[in-house]
Amino acid sequence: MRYLPHTDADRQAMLGVIGAKTIDDLYIDVPRSALLDAPVDLPHHQGELAVERALSAMADKNLSGANAPFFVGCGAYRHHVPASVDSLIQRGEFLTSYTPYQPEVSQGTLQMLFEFQTMVAMLTGMDVANASMYDGASGTAEAVLMANRVTRRHRAVLSGGLHPHYRETVETYARYGDFEIASQNLDPDGVQDLADLIDENTSCVVVQTPDVMGRLRDLTVLAEACHAAGALLVAVVTEVVSLGLVKSPGEMGADIVVCEGQSLGNPMGFGGPYVGLFATRDKYVRQMPGRLVGQAHDSEDRRGWVLTLSTREQHIRREKATSNICTNSGLCALAFTIHLSLLGEAGFTGLARLNHEAAQRVAERLAGIDGVDVLNETYFNEFTLRLSRPAAEVVDALAERGVLGGVPLSRLAPDNDALKDLMVVAATEMTTDEELDALANALQEVLS
Amino acid sequence: MTATSSGHRGLVMEEPLLFEQDADGRTGVDLPDAEGRKPRLGGLERKARIGLPGLSEPQIVRHFTRLSQKNYAIDSGFYPLGSCTMKHNPRLNEKMVRLPGFSMAHPLQPQQTVQGCLELISTLAHWITTLTGMPGVAMSPAAGAHGELAGLMTIRAALTARGDARKTVLVPESAHGTNPATAALCDYKVESIPANERGRIDVDALKAAMSEDVAALMLTNPNTCGLFENEILEVADVLHDAGAFFYGDGANFNAIVGRVRPGDLGIDAMHLNLHKTFSTPHGGGGPGSGPVVLSEPLIPYAPLPYVVADGDGFRMVEHDDSGDSFGRLRSFHGQMGMFVRALAYMMSHGADGLRMVAEDAILNANYVMARLKDSYNVPFPGPCMHECLFDDHSLKDTGVTTLDIAKGMIDEGFHPMTMYFPLVVHGAMLIEPTETESKASVDQFCDTMLHLMERAQSGDADWFHEAPHLAPWRRLDETAAARRPVLTWKPEEEKGEAA
Repeated sequence: MRYLPHTDADRQAMLGVIGAKTIDDLYIDVPRSALLDAPVDLPHHQGELAVERALSAMADKNLSGANAPFFVGCGAYRHHVPASVDSLIQRGEFLTSYTPYQPEVSQGTLQMLFEFQTMVAMLTGMDVANASMYDGASGTAEAVLMANRVTRRHRAVLSGGLHPHYRETVETYARYGDFEIASQNLDPDGVQDLADLIDENTSCVVVQTPDVMGRLRDLTVLAEACHAAGALLVAVVTEVVSLGLVKSPGEMGADIVVCEGQSLGNPMGFGGPYVGLFATRDKYVRQMPGRLVGQAHDSEDRRGWVLTLSTREQHIRREKATSNICTNSGLCALAFTIHLSLLGEAGFTGLARLNHEAAQRVAERLAGIDGVDVLNETYFNEFTLRLSRPAAEVVDALAERGVLGGVPLSRLAPDNDALKDLMVVAATEMTTDEELDALANALQEVLS
Repeated sequence: MTATSSGHRGLVMEEPLLFEQDADGRTGVDLPDAEGRKPRLGGLERKARIGLPGLSEPQIVRHFTRLSQKNYAIDSGFYPLGSCTMKHNPRLNEKMVRLPGFSMAHPLQPQQTVQGCLELISTLAHWITTLTGMPGVAMSPAAGAHGELAGLMTIRAALTARGDARKTVLVPESAHGTNPATAALCDYKVESIPANERGRIDVDALKAAMSEDVAALMLTNPNTCGLFENEILEVADVLHDAGAFFYGDGANFNAIVGRVRPGDLGIDAMHLNLHKTFSTPHGGGGPGSGPVVLSEPLIPYAPLPYVVADGDGFRMVEHDDSGDSFGRLRSFHGQMGMFVRALAYMMSHGADGLRMVAEDAILNANYVMARLKDSYNVPFPGPCMHECLFDDHSLKDTGVTTLDIAKGMIDEGFHPMTMYFPLVVHGAMLIEPTETESKASVDQFCDTMLHLMERAQSGDADWFHEAPHLAPWRRLDETAAARRPVLTWKPEEEKGEAA
C-alpha cells in the first residue's frame, strides 16, 4: 500500500513497545459485536494507473465547457484561469497546511488572507471582509443572520431577482432559526420596487445585482429606504467580475455585501468548492461570522498577521458564537487572490469590459433569430431570452446538438409559470465566434 | 537574531504586501483590446478606482512562493494537530480533480450531459454508506460544521413531521465548539453533559438529563479525548427509548474506518469530514466537505439536491414534490472537487487498505502514548484511538505551560499539537500522528517531546517563554492585535485620515 510507510516488522516492534499482542487489543473498547473481522464489501486497493483509468472514464462521459459551445451561467461562470494560479495553489506549503492556529509557522496563509480581505473590501466598497465563507448562497444566509443580530429584528425581505437557490438557502436557515421571510416572486417584466415590503420589524433587504436574469439595479434609493426604517441592505453579487465595470454595492449604500467568488481562480467544477466573499462596514465587524486575520507584531516588533477577534467564533464561544463555521474556503480564497493579483486594476477592469462586450455580441446576434426576444434593458455578462417554446425543451434540444445553451429559469423556479419560456444566456472572455455561430445555428433550427 | 540589511534571513525572504509593491499600469495578464462598445449598464458604470495593485507575473509568482515558504505543512513535516487528521494528501487526487470533464462541468448543465459527474457522486455515496453501514447519505454539506447543520436540520424535520416539538440538544463538555454552535443555529437549547473519570460520557448524567424535550445527543466517537465510547450501545438505547435521535460527529472516523461501522452503533446521523479521513487537502483552512450519513427514518427529510440512480442513468433531484426534505443549504449540490479526490483516495486504498489506515493510525497514536507516558501525564489510561491526550500535570511548578511546549516544538521543527482542547482536562495536549507517518518520523517526534519535558523540568523556563527562537517570526502579540484590529491594508493617505 503506497501511502502507508510501516512494514510488518515496524508494526510488530511498535505493538511490543505498547505492550499489545495484536492490533485488536487496541480496539478493546469497541463492543465486540461491532468490530469487523473482514473487509467491508468494496473493491480492494488499486494502483494509480487503474484509478486514473476508472475516473477518467467517468470524466469522459461529460459534455463540458472544455469541449462544447458553452453559455451557462446563473451563479457559476466559465472564465480563463492563468496557469500560474493552479501552479501556485498546488505548492504543498499552501495545499497541505491547515487553519493558521500557530501564527509563527503560518505567516504565508495569514498574509495571503490579509491580502484577500483587503481586495474583497476594495471590490465591494466596504471597510472590512472576512477570510471567506463556503459559497454565495450560504454566505447570504449568514448575512441575514448577522443583520438580525445587528438590528435585533427578525424579518428579512428577499428581492424577486435573488437567485432562487440563494432564496431557498436563506429560507432553510430561517425555518430553523425562527425568523420570518418576506419574498417577492421573480417578475420577468421589470425590476420590482421593494420599499413597500419594509416595515419596523425588517432586519434587512436582500437584493442581487446583476439579478438572476442579468439585470442591473441601482441600490442607492433602496439603501436610503432601508436606513430610514432602521434596516440593513444586503447586496448579493453572483458574478464578481461585474465589479470591474459596475459601481460597487458599497458606493450605492449597502451595509453587507456577499459575493460568489468562483469566477476568479476557481473552476466551475460541477458546483464546488467555491468561495463566498463577505464584507461589511467597520461598525458591524464584531457581529461578522467566520475567521478574520489582523495585523500584529512579534516580540522583535516585526510586522506579522494572526487570527483575530476569535471571541466571535465557535471554538471559543460555543453556542453563543456568531456562526458555527469552522473550516472555510482557504484554498479557493488563495486561488481568487492570485488570479486577482495577476489581473491588477488594469487587467480586472479590462476583463470586465471584455465580458460585457462578449455578452453584447451574443445578445445582438441571438436577437435576430425568429422566436427570440432579449428581455434585458441592462446586463453585464448574462441576459434573459424569451423563447417561442418552453426553455427547458429548447435547452435539451440544444444539448442534443452538442451545445450548452443556457439555463432555463423553470429549472430554478419550477412553480413560477411566468418563467416557462425564459432562458438565461451567459458569455465571458472565453466565448468564441465559433461558439456563437454554433449556438445561433442550433437555436434557429430548434425554434423553427 | 542577527539582523541583515535586506531583511531576508537565508532562505526566509522578507516579503511586503502586494499593495506595497504596486506600480500602476503593470499587469500579469495580456488581454485583447476591448472594442469600445457603448455599455448597457444603465448608467451604473464604476467611476472610482478599485485600488488593486499592478504587478507582473514573475513578481506574483515570487510573492506567493515566498509566502508559501513561511508555512508549515504536511508535505514538509510531522503535523500532529489533534482532531484534524493531517495525513498525507496524495497527488493522484489533485490530478484527477483537474480532468476537464469534471473541472469544466457546470452545475446547471442539462443532466444528460453530466452523467459522469452524477455517476461519481453516486459511486462515492455507495462507498460512504458501505463504510458506515448506514442506508443513506446527504452529499451536499460544504464542511464538517455544515454537515452537523444538515444532520440536525434533518432530525428537526423528522421530529416536526411527527408533531414533536423538542427544544433541547445534549452535547458532552468535551465536544468540538461547532456542536453547540450548530445546535444553537437550529434554535435548540444546548445542555452540557459531563465526562466521567474515564474520559467518556457520563451515562448516568445522560439518563438524568433525558426527557421528552430532548431532540438529540451530539456525540463524537472516538471522542476528543482520543477514546472510544465503550458504552455507546447503551447511550443509543437511552436516546432511542426516549424518542430522541443519536447524532454522531464523525471528525474522528479515521480511527475506525473499515473496522467499525457507525450503523452498528445505533447512530442515526453522522457527518464525515472528507478533508480528514479521506485525505482531501486542508488548503490552509478549507475547503472541506461534510457528507452526512442517515438512518432509514431520517432519509426522507434529507437536504436538496440529491442524486438517484434511475434506470440506465443518474438523476439529480433538485425540487421535492413530497415536501419532506428540509430544503437547500448552499448554492449548488456539493463539494464536487472534494468528491473526486476522496473517491480517488478510497479506490486507491480499497476495503483492505482502509482497514490498514485505521489500524496504523491507532498504532501510531498508542505508540506515542507508550513512549511519552512516563514523562507526560496521561489523564485517561489507554488504549487510545487515533490520537492521544496529555494534560499539563507534569509541568506543575516548572513555570512552563502547554503553550510554551507548543512554541518549543516549533523551534524543534514540528507543528504543535492541538492545545487547550478538549476542555475537560487542564492544559490539554492532543496529539494525532496519523497513519502516514513512518516509525522513524514518530520516533524522532517522541525523542523531541521527551527532550522538551526534560528541559522544562530542568528549570529552563526562560527559554520556553521566549520560544519560538528559530521560526520565521517570534511570538506574535495576539492580545494587542485584537484590541485595535487592523483587518485590511489602507494607503498611507487614508491611514492618516483615520488617525
